[in-house]
Amino acid sequence: MPTITSALADVTASDSALRRFLHGLPGVDAVGLEARAASLGTRSIKTTAKAYAIDLAISMIDLTTLEGADTPGKVRALAAKALRPDPTDRTAPATAAVCVYPDMVETAAAALAGSGVKVASVATAFPAGRAALGVKLADTRDAVAAGADEIDMVIDRGAFLSGRYLKVYEEIRAVKEAAGAARLKVIFETGELSTYDNIRRASWLGMLAGADFIKTSTGKVGVNATPANTLLMLQAVRDFRERTGVQVGVKPAGGIRSSKDAVKFLVLVNETVGADWLDNHWFRFGASSLLNDLLMQRQKLSTGRYSGPDYVTVD
Amino acid sequence: MSDTPREKTAKTAKTAKTAKTAETSRTAETSKKKPASDAEPGRARLSVFKTYKLYVGGKFPRSESGRVYEVTDSAGTWLANAPQSSRKDARDAVVAARKAFGGWSGATAYNRGQVLYRIAEMLEGRREQFVAEVADAEGLSPERAGAVVDAAVDRWVWYAGWTDKIAQVIGGANPVAGPYFNLSTPEPAGVVAVLAPQESSFLGLVSVIAPVIATGCTTVVVASEKAPLPALSLGEVLATSDLPGGVVNILSGRTAELAAPLAAHQDVNGIDLTGADEGTAKDLETAAADNLKRVLRPSPAGAPADWSADPGTRRLTAFLETKTVWHPTGSLGASGSGY
Repeated sequence: MPTITSALADVTASDSALRRFLHGLPGVDAVGLEARAASLGTRSIKTTAKAYAIDLAISMIDLTTLEGADTPGKVRALAAKALRPDPTDRTAPATAAVCVYPDMVETAAAALAGSGVKVASVATAFPAGRAALGVKLADTRDAVAAGADEIDMVIDRGAFLSGRYLKVYEEIRAVKEAAGAARLKVIFETGELSTYDNIRRASWLGMLAGADFIKTSTGKVGVNATPANTLLMLQAVRDFRERTGVQVGVKPAGGIRSSKDAVKFLVLVNETVGADWLDNHWFRFGASSLLNDLLMQRQKLSTGRYSGPDYVTVD
Repeated sequence: MSDTPREKTAKTAKTAKTAKTAETSRTAETSKKKPASDAEPGRARLSVFKTYKLYVGGKFPRSESGRVYEVTDSAGTWLANAPQSSRKDARDAVVAARKAFGGWSGATAYNRGQVLYRIAEMLEGRREQFVAEVADAEGLSPERAGAVVDAAVDRWVWYAGWTDKIAQVIGGANPVAGPYFNLSTPEPAGVVAVLAPQESSFLGLVSVIAPVIATGCTTVVVASEKAPLPALSLGEVLATSDLPGGVVNILSGRTAELAAPLAAHQDVNGIDLTGADEGTAKDLETAAADNLKRVLRPSPAGAPADWSADPGTRRLTAFLETKTVWHPTGSLGASGSGY
């Protein structure tokens, strides 16, 4: 990426240079950020705009199952749902991807082959990220070899919070290299970063290291994607493109359950980074139960009747 | 968060209306409630008007639309502003009722009986308030209104007794030609929308809610359009009666506006059309047929329901599904062996 090297070549040269750069980023106005996110959440999206937003949101979902109890059968069922979310209505778009653990990638890839729906795999000792670098890289290579198109890695929050930014940077670089052609999503676990300033720093750190996507959280901790932290990350990708010309995607994950929430996030995207990001190549939702609610809303719009959970699949 | 502006609208709307209508009604209001301020003669006291709210999911929200409408007594004097629910309130109420269904239908019949009896106890304790509200709403003398409230309390007790008996009465063992036990047992249908009777604002209301929840269904009730206040106050009784939130959800507003989305709602399993007028009842029944809802038709125009009569089991059985189980008896044919 020659543009990065020219614009921000020296900031990753050493641990102290990186720290200087990250701590030199403007501080986040927490009250202003939350107020801005809340005010954008009050937009009323109705009729045709709503229908467009619902279909767009469906096409942006990384349909996710990350449970210890996952089975190949469950993954295949999820893949079938990703391909045709509403079997009663063929106009419903497919989701963007199916997101699974590395050992399920093969099953998912076989079920989705040739469909255009991507296979995303979490890797690098998800969700804690507490493993040796060699293990993380092997985890990544395994997933890619099994057919993953996208890798969701977690950063080492311990290293980040204790200020060892270069370690985090180098780890992301290494995983990026191991992932090869697969797009890399970097999960910060914003719920564990404790401050908005840290989220901004992590965003820049991830992007400097070559992330294709920056992602809020694993969905495994108390605080997951919120409008405020997603807005902050959207501002970061906007500023990063201005500085370097490189576009990076954003993926809020965890805790987004209703269509209303999803539409609020789409408003954030449109108002912060613009229509360039309103595409599943650049914006994703990490979610599972959200899809059912979107489908029920879609049925409501097409039939005029309120739908119910009996008319969508139980995952 | 996003509710704040709406609540504000609701408040402003209400204050504006209160200011306008209170002016005319204050005299009637204060003269009626004189004894309360008699304790200290000569000291004026501001009247404390009650904000009537919906009862949804165990909480007391305003209508999401922020709308209210004026409720008057039978003589046309303003009593209060009641929330005018929208179809979105109806949708939210169905979600709350669906959420409560698992727990309530899974509770033992004995436990449901206890809860219904508890409602009677709580109601008895607030008898005076309901006597006043029913007298205002229906234009009855205090004595007649008292009799209506007593009958409503007794109705809760009557249905409390039925919760663990209805299965014996309409379920049981069926004789079949084969080596099987064949057992039928009634199960609650699910979420039931109830259009409460328009004329009998309290006894009629209790008579349609109690049988539905006695069997384990959960319900969304649309209160009498003209006289919703006793129904909204009943929400306060239900909230303090060990009844899980969401089992009964009470909406006030235009019956026709709320009935249509409820009748067409795919996640509602039954609808009681008692409070619908004859013209719309047919359309509602047609809409309800789409997902095979159980429908209870209103009484024909010529023969209005007598709510003081013995209710029988008709309303208990209207929203039940029968589950039948076949089980081998163990005596396998001619050998006569068993296990």
